[in-house]
Amino acid sequence: MAQEILSTDPYLARFNAAKAGLPGAGQSWLSELREQAAARFRDLGFPTQRHESWKYTPLKAMKGVSFAPAGGTGQSASLDRVPSLLAPLLPESQPPLRATLVGGAFRPDLSSLDGLPAGAKVEALGALLERDPGVLESWLGRIAAEGGDRGDQPLLALNTALFDDGLVIRLGRNVVLDRPLELTLLGPLGDEATQLHPRILIVLEEGAQATLLEHHFGYGDAPVFHNGVSEIALGANARLTHVKLQSAPASTFHFATTHVTQDRDSVYDSFTLNHGAALSRLETRVKLLGEGADCHLNGAYLLRDRQHGDITTAIDHRVPHCTSKEVVKGALDDRARGVFQGLIRVAPDAQKSDGRMLNKTLLLSDKAEIDTKPELEIFADDVQCAHGATAGEIDHHALFYLRSRGLPEARARSLMVEAFLTETVEELRAEALRPLLLERIRDWLGTRHDDTPGKGEQAA
Amino acid sequence: MAASVETVEQVQSLGERYKYGWSTDLEMETAPKGLNEDIIRFISAKKDEPEWMLEWRLKAYAHWQTMPEPKWAKVEHPPIDYQDVYYYAAPKLAEKPKSLDEVDPKLLETYEKLGIPLKEQEMLAGVAVDAVFDSVSVATTFKKKLSEVGVIFCSISEAIQDHPELVRKYLGSVVPYADNKHACLNTAVFTDGSFVYIPPGVRCPMELSTYFRINAENTGQFERTLIIADKGSYVSYLEGCTAPQRDENQLHAAVVELIALDDAEIKYSTVQNWYPGDEDGKGGIYNFVTKRGLCKGTNSKISWTQVETGSAITWKYPSCVLQGDNSVGEFYSIAITNNLQQADTGTKMIHLGKNTSSRIISKGISAGRSAQTYRGLVRMGGKAEQARNYTQCDSLLIGETCAAHTVPYIESKNRSARIEHEATTSRISEDQLFYCRQRGIGQEEAVALVVNGFCREVLQQLPMEFAVEAQKLVGISLEGSVG
Repeated sequence: MAQEILSTDPYLARFNAAKAGLPGAGQSWLSELREQAAARFRDLGFPTQRHESWKYTPLKAMKGVSFAPAGGTGQSASLDRVPSLLAPLLPESQPPLRATLVGGAFRPDLSSLDGLPAGAKVEALGALLERDPGVLESWLGRIAAEGGDRGDQPLLALNTALFDDGLVIRLGRNVVLDRPLELTLLGPLGDEATQLHPRILIVLEEGAQATLLEHHFGYGDAPVFHNGVSEIALGANARLTHVKLQSAPASTFHFATTHVTQDRDSVYDSFTLNHGAALSRLETRVKLLGEGADCHLNGAYLLRDRQHGDITTAIDHRVPHCTSKEVVKGALDDRARGVFQGLIRVAPDAQKSDGRMLNKTLLLSDKAEIDTKPELEIFADDVQCAHGATAGEIDHHALFYLRSRGLPEARARSLMVEAFLTETVEELRAEALRPLLLERIRDWLGTRHDDTPGKGEQAA
Repeated sequence: MAASVETVEQVQSLGERYKYGWSTDLEMETAPKGLNEDIIRFISAKKDEPEWMLEWRLKAYAHWQTMPEPKWAKVEHPPIDYQDVYYYAAPKLAEKPKSLDEVDPKLLETYEKLGIPLKEQEMLAGVAVDAVFDSVSVATTFKKKLSEVGVIFCSISEAIQDHPELVRKYLGSVVPYADNKHACLNTAVFTDGSFVYIPPGVRCPMELSTYFRINAENTGQFERTLIIADKGSYVSYLEGCTAPQRDENQLHAAVVELIALDDAEIKYSTVQNWYPGDEDGKGGIYNFVTKRGLCKGTNSKISWTQVETGSAITWKYPSCVLQGDNSVGEFYSIAITNNLQQADTGTKMIHLGKNTSSRIISKGISAGRSAQTYRGLVRMGGKAEQARNYTQCDSLLIGETCAAHTVPYIESKNRSARIEHEATTSRISEDQLFYCRQRGIGQEEAVALVVNGFCREVLQQLPMEFAVEAQKLVGISLEGSVG
């Protein structure tokens, strides 16, 4: 019955051809992990709209494109075409702490990891798998699979089968990174359609703290199928601030799956700004496994033209006394389509859970579309869970107020949108990173198309 | 306050029994068990239906066989053996009764036990009742008085005979035969149901009511209701359901279609109290119902109010398609599950016309080991300028082992459309209980008080006669879950 939109064959063929040469191929645990993942991907196929979780995000735009493996091309890709060398996001952090992947491959020449405190390790995944693969056995693929994650995740399986490089960040007990770590992921620079499956592993042991600033971008207009997976494990009392900017070029199909496990009293404070790529899906799945864990998944989406952006999250309260809060807002212009799917699940016995979720969307054009599905799944009684969702356009009264004070309409509108989105940025507890996000939002608003009001607005 | 005291008394007096769990011994005429084309031809022949009806049924049956079981609802049950059901069961009657006096007194007694004494109703309440006993409509009261103002209120079988032009025009126009598996089955095998037509400009002089009851063992009840409110008319329709206590699971797959033309209003209220199964989840009704209203005309309004306390499994989404400009859809729901009941219920509001508005108030209460899901869709089409929706769904959890889920789908393709959705899940607050108890109100009564308060917004929407019954049901359904 189910119409398979994208064929899995080229990917499975590639797996069979490449598996002997993938990093860590000699390791039986890793080979097994990859084989299982490939089998799972074969069984599940690419997601279609018949999969509940993919109901609003069709992949048909990718149909008919043959994506060549990025291979190790990123290693040697010349950066001549890149206008300026990657400028640090936070110029004030000196010396900058950064790791760079180009086309999914780690580039030591573009990274600066000097001055890491003792007990902190930031390494290329590919190299680590060749050198000392054993240290990864208890993490890789295990975080994502923790406690049997429900929900079909064919893209996670595809990444597990095919990943060949990425980054591993490990912080030992009580190690604190005093500066934010910038993780720059530059897309492939070639002219042909490329697929890449980068893998990132972050392990913070008890009491460790870090701030990670992850930036996805690229140049050129060759189609890219980016299928990234991040696995993050936070030990007791660990704290990770994770800001992600997805600014891939308009020719990119960007998929990113992030799995987080949180131990006792750990804090995961994240913010995702999704404004790049033709088609994007950022899926975050958090499992709260230790009492007192606190999770913040905030974000914003800014989409225009025919962009399609999907933010899907699942927060699983497995044990009592955990809190989660999620505020995601977006502005949709032109013919853009935004999707938000959020799930708060409270397991039986996870009493005293507190879960809050809010999704708000501003539609800036007559052709934009929002689909939102905030979901609660509650199996315990002594909980406080709530969600809210709104969709609509800019408040006419507020607009009128601003105009009556002499602001031109376009300016008044962009001020309103900015104010609307600023609320979500303020949810990020790491104040130092807020200006960076606000600046991006302002840039986006500054490049908006002509703002002639549609006829729908005048009717008000 | 008085109501809650009454509730508690009711709970105590009932002990642990389902109030409507008896059955009436009547000689029944049944079709052979199972489902095939012959059964459908048999049903159609029994009803003396025109050829087009039979063709429609057979078309639905053929399609039904190709449809997979819907799996998306959060309910669990063993696969349904559609061949183990009687699709036609009717009390044996020598002749069709001409008036109430000719109806088998045993039947009337049944309804009396249900609290729907037809004759009394006729005299006192002034509610017109179309009572459906298993598969045939036994009596329709007040027909005459209604016909004076031009209102047609009869069983759907009669309507097919007497008003084929209306039936043919509207039947299946809101819920097409291939809509979903259960609706499709209903189309193939429906045996009876109610038909209402309100002519232009008429405000129906009384509340119309149907009382459904499943009596025979292993019977499925597949009724079909069609209500048409012509231009500028108004009707309020009440539906109540009960079934005897049996160990097997019984299937109930109904279809209700409402059509409101320009300036018309339909108010549809349901108190569903099918047998929910015992404390261990044995027996009970599978209630798979498709209800949909079409606000076809401008300024039309359809309002659904439901109190769902019964059934082992409820699968029900009364919906509104807001096609006419300025049309209004409403959905007020209380769903209570206890023991091992499962309910997956909610609504759909499909906004197509300009200035359409909808309001959803859903109150779910889960107790015992039950599971409940609110599943709703609000869709704003590209042309739904200035459309509005407000949704509030609250869940109350009583006990550590129950579950409550909320799955709203919100889709907007129009920027001038405004959607607001809120949902909360919590248990009865200790503070509220403490406050009540501090003032000398017992634990159970305090819970009933809080629960009734929680449901108030919806209870207020019910017509008077139902509101009292519903308030009692709220208490009864939660019995044994507190303290």
